[in-house]
Amino acid sequence: MATTMDVQLRRPRSRVKVGRIAAWALLVLMILVTVLPFLWMLRTALSNNRALAANSFSLLPADFTLGPFKRVLGLATPEEALAEGGSGASLNFWLYLRNSTIVALGVTTGQLIFSSMAAYAFSRLRWRGRDVVFFVFLSALMVPPIFTSLPNFLTVKSLGLLNTLPGIMLPTLFMTPFAVFFMRQFFLGIPREIDEAAMIDGARPFRIFFRIILPMSAAPVTTLGLLTFITVWNDYFWPLLVGRTDGSRVLTVALGVFRSQTPQGSPDWAGLMAASLIAALPIVLLFIAFGKRVVNSIGFSGIK
Amino acid sequence: MSAQATVELPRSVAQRAPRRGRRRRSELWFALAMIAPAGLGFLVFYLYPTIRGFYLSLTEYSLLGSPTYVGTENFQAIAHDEVFWTSLRVTILYVLINIVSQTVLAIGLGVLMHRLTKSALIRGSLLLPYLIANVVVALLWFWLLDYHIGIVNAALDSLGLTKVAFFGSSTWAIPTIALVNTWRHMGYTALLIFAGMQTIPKSVYEAAAVDGASEWRMFWKITMPLLRPILVLVLVITVTGSFQVFDTVAVTTNGGPGNASRVLQLYIFDQAFGRSHFGYASALSVVLFVILIGVAFAQMRLMRAGESDLD
Repeated sequence: MATTMDVQLRRPRSRVKVGRIAAWALLVLMILVTVLPFLWMLRTALSNNRALAANSFSLLPADFTLGPFKRVLGLATPEEALAEGGSGASLNFWLYLRNSTIVALGVTTGQLIFSSMAAYAFSRLRWRGRDVVFFVFLSALMVPPIFTSLPNFLTVKSLGLLNTLPGIMLPTLFMTPFAVFFMRQFFLGIPREIDEAAMIDGARPFRIFFRIILPMSAAPVTTLGLLTFITVWNDYFWPLLVGRTDGSRVLTVALGVFRSQTPQGSPDWAGLMAASLIAALPIVLLFIAFGKRVVNSIGFSGIK
Repeated sequence: MSAQATVELPRSVAQRAPRRGRRRRSELWFALAMIAPAGLGFLVFYLYPTIRGFYLSLTEYSLLGSPTYVGTENFQAIAHDEVFWTSLRVTILYVLINIVSQTVLAIGLGVLMHRLTKSALIRGSLLLPYLIANVVVALLWFWLLDYHIGIVNAALDSLGLTKVAFFGSSTWAIPTIALVNTWRHMGYTALLIFAGMQTIPKSVYEAAAVDGASEWRMFWKITMPLLRPILVLVLVITVTGSFQVFDTVAVTTNGGPGNASRVLQLYIFDQAFGRSHFGYASALSVVLFVILIGVAFAQMRLMRAGESDLD
């Protein structure tokens, strides 16, 4: 901190103010760039396909209709869909929603518990070979998921779990290197004195983990839980390989199928945007419910 | 660490020594128990497929019957595979555009949030694109950037500029996809960086402000040096992820036009599941793997990830 002592420059107040206004303007701009595309998405999803081309700029829906949502949810007849420029095909949305929910909840629960346990052993317990084993675990972070995906596809296939939800869940159910790494980083930030003190008081290691360290880490655990849920919910590649039947298809894969069903030449933009919005809706609702706490908890330092 | 503990606990060393020995023994078994479930997942779905992946890369395998060992034939074929070299070039271009733009924007956003506001609403809205599936984001931008009636091209047109075939031209496909993913990831990356900035003690900034240091100077003299360990972590994660771009390409250009956006992972996917060249696809993923390891280690080395400037 000695370096700050020789900084003697004093800036005039007005200049600082101008700087702050410019900074705020920049931040607001970035937020607009981030949020406006979603409003455009909603506007498109409420438009009639046949009117889109003529109304490129109108902020309001072009020829307002709920048709796109209806045909995505299978509530419109093929004739109605075709009249608004849809393809006549529909998504089995509710089934895919159920599939996505089961997969995301299952993986998140398993991964949180098992990865935190491992992270604790890698950060706060002292045992021979710890760092070597952790390095081996961590090196899995460097293995590209595509690399393990091909052999894992074969494993899932030989387990007879192709086109099943357990087949989609299994590879990430126990751990991901990122989850272990993430929790270890937080555990490392907790002062060693806390374990030492508990140990001196005669607390057993198991108790120290579940009663002291884990509750202290509620914030990062919540954060990791949300990140994991989102990652699994949004995953496309693995479920594309393993879940190709109706009963095992998740929403992202279904969207890809819906896009390829879209007639070539004049895509059903309104229908695509409606389907995309509905697929994103559960995450947005979850975020409205839990997001603030999680966003606030990022950067939690472990002890105040 | 242990030296600190000894100082803080005023007990005689002689009294503590035997306790310590017993604790260490019990901690080994406890540690193994704690690692067991994650270890099972690691062995079955990370270690085994990694080894098997290397083996498969030395075979010819069409998913029917069993793999035939062919030695390094696949790798020799890769060396002469023009599509592979194209996809490698395309992928590296993608990573450069994506990582540079994303990291610069994320650090900028991180600083703005750090120095201006603690509003969860602002951070939440910046995080929004990251919450939304790649597939959804890809479809959204596919629509916004559509050549015929997309809003961006409509705007270019009304300004008297030439329309751009963002996804349809071989020049623009990769920059477009890279920037779409920058748009999706920058808020999340900014939040990670912001979280890192929160670990820098406020007192440092207060002291600098009292001394009249400008924000610009504080950024370069305080924030950046103390942020370095977090930045390395962020970069290793984002670069590794960036090399494995798939979803956005798969639902928009599907590698085209021609091979202009055939990134490595898409090429691997094509080979494995499109043409049933499972052995060849495995060999391609070995190459991708080696590239990632090299890049990650270079980053750790160059940026001294293990050390902290804050002591």
